[in-house]
Amino acid sequence: MRVLVCVKRVPAPGAKINITDDGQAVDATNLGHTMSPHEECALELAVQLVEAHGGESHVLTLGVAEADEQCRWAASIGVTKATLVDVGTMGWDPQRTATALTDAIRSIEEADGPFDVIIFGNESADTGGFQVGIRTARALDRPMVNAIKGVSISDDGATLEAQREIDSGMEVYRLPMPCAIGVKEGITWPRYPTMRGRLASKKLAVDVAGSDAAPGGQTMVRLNRPEETVSETVILGEGAAAAPAVVELLKELGLWS
Amino acid sequence: MSVLVVVEHDRGAMADASLEAFVFARSIADQLGEPVEALLIGADAAGLADVCAAHGAVAVHHAPIAGDYGPEAYGMVIASLAPVLSPSGIVACGTDRGNEVLAHAAAELDLPFVANCVAVTAADEWELTRVQWGGSLNEEARLTSTLPIVSVAHHAVDAEEASAGATANVMEHIVELPEWASRSLIQDRVVLSEGLTLATAPIVVGGGRGVGSAEGFDVLEALAAKLGGVVGCSRAVTNNGWRPHSDQVGQTGTRIAPQLYIACGISGAIQHWVGAKAAKKILAINTDPAANMVVKADYAVIGDLFEVLPAIEQG
Ligand SMILES: Cc1cc2nc3c(=O)[nH]c(=O)nc-3n(C[C@@H](O)[C@H](O)[C@H](O)COP(=O)(O)OP(=O)(O)OC[C@H]3O[C@@H](n4cnc5c(N)ncnc54)[C@H](O)[C@@H]3O)c2cc1C
Ligand SMILES: Cc1cc2nc3c(=O)[nH]c(=O)nc-3n(C[C@H](O)[C@H](O)[C@H](O)COP(=O)(O)OP(=O)(O)OC[C@H]3O[C@@H](n4cnc5c(N)ncnc54)[C@H](O)[C@@H]3O)c2cc1C
Repeated sequence: MRVLVCVKRVPAPGAKINITDDGQAVDATNLGHTMSPHEECALELAVQLVEAHGGESHVLTLGVAEADEQCRWAASIGVTKATLVDVGTMGWDPQRTATALTDAIRSIEEADGPFDVIIFGNESADTGGFQVGIRTARALDRPMVNAIKGVSISDDGATLEAQREIDSGMEVYRLPMPCAIGVKEGITWPRYPTMRGRLASKKLAVDVAGSDAAPGGQTMVRLNRPEETVSETVILGEGAAAAPAVVELLKELGLWS
Repeated sequence: MSVLVVVEHDRGAMADASLEAFVFARSIADQLGEPVEALLIGADAAGLADVCAAHGAVAVHHAPIAGDYGPEAYGMVIASLAPVLSPSGIVACGTDRGNEVLAHAAAELDLPFVANCVAVTAADEWELTRVQWGGSLNEEARLTSTLPIVSVAHHAVDAEEASAGATANVMEHIVELPEWASRSLIQDRVVLSEGLTLATAPIVVGGGRGVGSAEGFDVLEALAAKLGGVVGCSRAVTNNGWRPHSDQVGQTGTRIAPQLYIACGISGAIQHWVGAKAAKKILAINTDPAANMVVKADYAVIGDLFEVLPAIEQG
């Protein structure tokens, strides 16, 4: 089985996210970089699928040269091939990103053979456009369902069963392969890199490509911090002694019976 | 021209989130001086026309395709009807289904799609405010498109009826879908819980790293049971394997909107906060009076959750 995972390099913020003075980006001074938790789980899923069914896993990223780091992270947990589309910026809009990824996937497939499964994150950690995977899958004419939290492959290898968590349970989709899915955190438990994995990641040959995809119709103007309605916190008390005040509050809200 | 709302429903049951899309669509339609219309997809959605009318749709378009929900089929219905109805904008709510259906439609139409907006200034070019980082930041964006397609961030506006008792003109549209569009229909459903869920419970008792262990959640379970609520948690908890990921509240978990969220031993990192802030009231229980959760909450108790929670439960 040949599995591709698309990941996007993003800053790794702490409990607060700061914006640069010009409002054009997240202030990444002193921040490391990472990918969305959804995409970390996507990489783990790819490695597991190849462990179970044989084959090869491949990671694809579009952005800046430094996204090499995310390719090597993928290798450290067991992904064996990598392609970086270096466009010198993380600022390509979703349509342009999807066109460039589609082109890159076509040329990888021409060289190495078609992918059975292409895995995306449900949405990117930062800009959250909720569409790059869907656009790419449609351009490649692969069935695609987003928000997937469980996957299994049929015995004959022809169908991927994908489960989406809903309020009361799961929706089940059965996609003919080759197909694409967008996955959510929780679908797998990402492993930690082993010593061997770290070595493999150092040796990984990252294929670097370019792209001349045309821009789409969405343009970012600037980033803002959402206004917060700052309410004065009412301190109900300290320790167990505060319990009666909490019960009073619950009664007031009609939530105590 | 009109602003078209794509209605989300599950086998004929209206999703509450759709009602938020109507409110958002009305705010855009008012700027343009145009009416709101609704699009119902699926034979099983026929009964929803009156709800659409009550929420402001003067006309309801119904594409009675057979079968269960499927992102590609629904996306193709929108893409096929867009040139027929030629709306000045298409709006849905930014749920799993809402965002994916609009993305499929936009991909087919080769048009931009802007997900999770919180405000729109509609003129020749639309100016939008949309959320980034799951709601931690806002992005101002410009949209250049012959047909703006946008979703409104879930919980960004409150649902509100427009004209109770109104009725709408229903128009049926027969859409011939390509065969491939049925490859991603829902094939089956697994029911896991009949009762309250994180997304719908009136009270959520959330636990963070401060709970310390899987067993530590017993006191939260006990209080949740007593109050008729459910237990949620932070990512620190799921990362430690103390609770399943389906209990996680936040950017990459569930967005909750209960009457009351009781956040115990949770520091209130922005990625957690964005999933909890739609709660009507928040009570933080934390040993640290300076914790973000305490500072942002409506109410707080400063102390050890293992002393506070049992005391509340006993009344
Ligand atoms: C400084 C800056 C300026 C920007 N300016 C603009 C602008 O002018 N207009 C605009 O529209 N956007 C702008 N963006 C955001 C834009 O670059 C998005 O990153 C891009 O649209 C793709 O992300 P998304 O959120 O749409 O992805 P989603 O659709 O949310 O991503 C879904 C999945 O697709 C895959 N994916 C997404 N992006 C990539 C990638 N780069 N490489 C590999 N896989 C990927 C991942 O698997 C991801 O989980 C800007 C961003 C920055 C940082
Ligand atoms: C892209 C991205 C997505 C993310 N998505 C999510 C998400 O969906 N959900 C989420 O939760 N996080 C998410 N995070 C992680 C988030 O940044 C925080 O790391 C996480 O929320 C911290 O969890 P916590 O508050 O339980 O732990 P901590 O930050 O360690 O806080 C523990 C708190 O418990 C208090 N405490 C300790 N002992 C006690 C006691 N006995 N009684 C009372 N209080 C006590 C402490 O004072 C402290 O405030 C995401 C991060 C990123 C980068």
